[in-house]
Amino acid sequence: MSTDMNVVHEMAAKDYEWGFVTDIEEDRIPRGLGEDVIRLISAKKQEPEFMLEWRLNAYRYWASQAKADAEPKWANVTFPPIDYQGITYYSAPKQKKTLNSLDEVDPEILRTYEKLGIPLAEQKLLANVAVDAVFDSVSVATTFKAKLAEAGVIFCSFSEAVQKHPDLVRKYLGSVVPHTDNFYAALNAAVFSDGSFVYVPKGVRCPMELSTYFRINAAETGQFERTLIVADEGAYVSYLEGCTAPMRDENQLHAAVVELVALDNAQIRYSTVQNWYPGDKNGKGGIYNFVTKRGKCLGRNSKISWTQVETGSAITWKYPSCILQGDNSVGEFYSVALTNNYQQADTGTKMIHLGKNTKSTIVSKGISAGHGQNTYRGMVKIMKGATGARNYTQCDSLLIGDKCGAHTFPYIEVKNASARMEHEAATSKIGEDQLFYLQQRGLKTEDAVSMIVNGFCKQVFKELPMEFAVEAQKLLAVSLEGSVG
Amino acid sequence: MSLLEIKNLHVTVDGNEILKGIDLTVNAGEVHSIMGPNGSGKSTLAQVLARRDAYHVTEGSILFEGKDLLEMKPEEAACEGMFLAFQYPVEIPGIGNTYFLRSALNAQRKYRGEEEMDAMDFLPMFREKLKLLEMDDKLMNRSLNEGFSGGEKKRNEILQMAVLEPKLAILDETDSGLDIDALRIVAQGVNSLRSPERAMLVVTHYQRLLNYIVPDFVHVLVDGRIVRSGGKELALELEERGYSWTEHEPVGARA
Repeated sequence: MSTDMNVVHEMAAKDYEWGFVTDIEEDRIPRGLGEDVIRLISAKKQEPEFMLEWRLNAYRYWASQAKADAEPKWANVTFPPIDYQGITYYSAPKQKKTLNSLDEVDPEILRTYEKLGIPLAEQKLLANVAVDAVFDSVSVATTFKAKLAEAGVIFCSFSEAVQKHPDLVRKYLGSVVPHTDNFYAALNAAVFSDGSFVYVPKGVRCPMELSTYFRINAAETGQFERTLIVADEGAYVSYLEGCTAPMRDENQLHAAVVELVALDNAQIRYSTVQNWYPGDKNGKGGIYNFVTKRGKCLGRNSKISWTQVETGSAITWKYPSCILQGDNSVGEFYSVALTNNYQQADTGTKMIHLGKNTKSTIVSKGISAGHGQNTYRGMVKIMKGATGARNYTQCDSLLIGDKCGAHTFPYIEVKNASARMEHEAATSKIGEDQLFYLQQRGLKTEDAVSMIVNGFCKQVFKELPMEFAVEAQKLLAVSLEGSVG
Repeated sequence: MSLLEIKNLHVTVDGNEILKGIDLTVNAGEVHSIMGPNGSGKSTLAQVLARRDAYHVTEGSILFEGKDLLEMKPEEAACEGMFLAFQYPVEIPGIGNTYFLRSALNAQRKYRGEEEMDAMDFLPMFREKLKLLEMDDKLMNRSLNEGFSGGEKKRNEILQMAVLEPKLAILDETDSGLDIDALRIVAQGVNSLRSPERAMLVVTHYQRLLNYIVPDFVHVLVDGRIVRSGGKELALELEERGYSWTEHEPVGARA
């Protein structure tokens, strides 16, 4: 593990190294949002009629909400009003034709991925990981398709799924997060440009971890991903999502939607390492990450696990949730959220227990440094029919320095007397005693801090796939740089 | 050159002067014991040597192998070979004992320009040291000091010392909270680390520990000053007569 510490160290010495801009020709539409823009996006993507209708419905709902000034304001974050007419809603690298292999991908784009550390060429790929890379709004390359196809697994861009598997898309799109769910989900439904689609058929265990890297490139381009993952009866899939974004002065809106559906005996693991640009040391710039992620355990004995490591973004507004509809279904949420400098995070989960003997586990670790504000907001709801439901919640906060804040808002709603609920919460400070102890053994301050922080997060890291756990540790170290002086 | 040379050391904590002019010279191979009543400044001296920044040196100097110790950060002093066995070792959740110790050892080796030790080389050495302290290796898979008994924590301190092989080891009240068996094991561990290259500073207020770790020199610290120095027999005299007489009787021949 000492080599890890080395890496951590090298990383800690760097500024936000992914702050470069790729110079490629772009196909973008004028700023602003209206029905004409929705039609234009749908037309550009050559979508079937049902998609256009779906988008327009969502747009009309969103427009009515925007008019009524119904943008959510309950989160514990502050930011200037967003000018939704000032955003460009579609931007894609210009492509002449459909690509058959990586050789045809714009070399400039490939170089970008190399800098990001995504080895796109198959031979360089991490063993057993297929990457569906999203560059701005359009997926440019998908790897390992053949192996997945052999297993019957569909893993493609959302646009491709709309063309090739319209029935599946039609059946499940919006079934977990309807466009009326919230302001940002409505906006996403109206304008989403691309994302990933996964379908794992009955009884199939997906033969590899599926992975997507997102990247925002064009300045002032809102990015609206939409991901839909369906695990049919008895299927299993593990999905990894990683994000990095280049340095920008103007804030960029990122309003994604992720929907997961697990049928009888199916299991979905969804892991995220999020490192959008957090803004500079004075709080200038950075991504607004307003994301709606929700999984539905539709079938009996199904299971959905969310694991997230959130180190980036100026503002994070995100509550990966589970609807536990099938009897005996299980929902899990493991989270590390770190805020440094002027970052704000309001994140947590919702566990909605509908079925009998449903179980949920929530482990949230919030780390605040600098002037960072970290809020855990979690809801556990036990509905009338959920006999024998159980929830365990653990919610810990770690403070570094004395200018940051940690806040906890747990909501618990129980309508069935047989439910068993546990809630534990703890707040601690990185103690001078702990730091001194590690330093006295020869560790530098920065290494000592990341060691303590990594120890604090261990419960969550162990839920991540190995490679991701290492990356998560690196990111924490980078994000904490300069937090202890 | 002496290993440690403290001259006229004055130290304040929160504006109160705790050490009021300490002179002490320690050579390689020597074991010195600092004894004294509660509040006399023994632990302060230990913390200052380990470079804890809450302690302000207002006057005097400390040379460690001829280098100015007061210019060093805690981790630099550690890498130069200064080790403090803490009176109250802290617990740090989520960090494995073994992982921590190897990271610390490699940080020190790197500082000294030596090659880092990989797990293959580290583990056999580590197991030897565990045996020396009669420690259960199951403990090593647990988080750093977490859930350790008082005795286990103290033994863990000596284990760390055995792995890090410092030039100067300061034992701050290592005997407190130890039962007689644990005391014997700890002392055995410490004695096995005595060598002509290594010096030890044993801070305690009971003579008991010194039956097991026999010092070359004993210094009595009262109210921030060393009021008396002598050989190991001074400790016995203290045990018999208490500390108060040292302040009133004239200082005899100094060691």
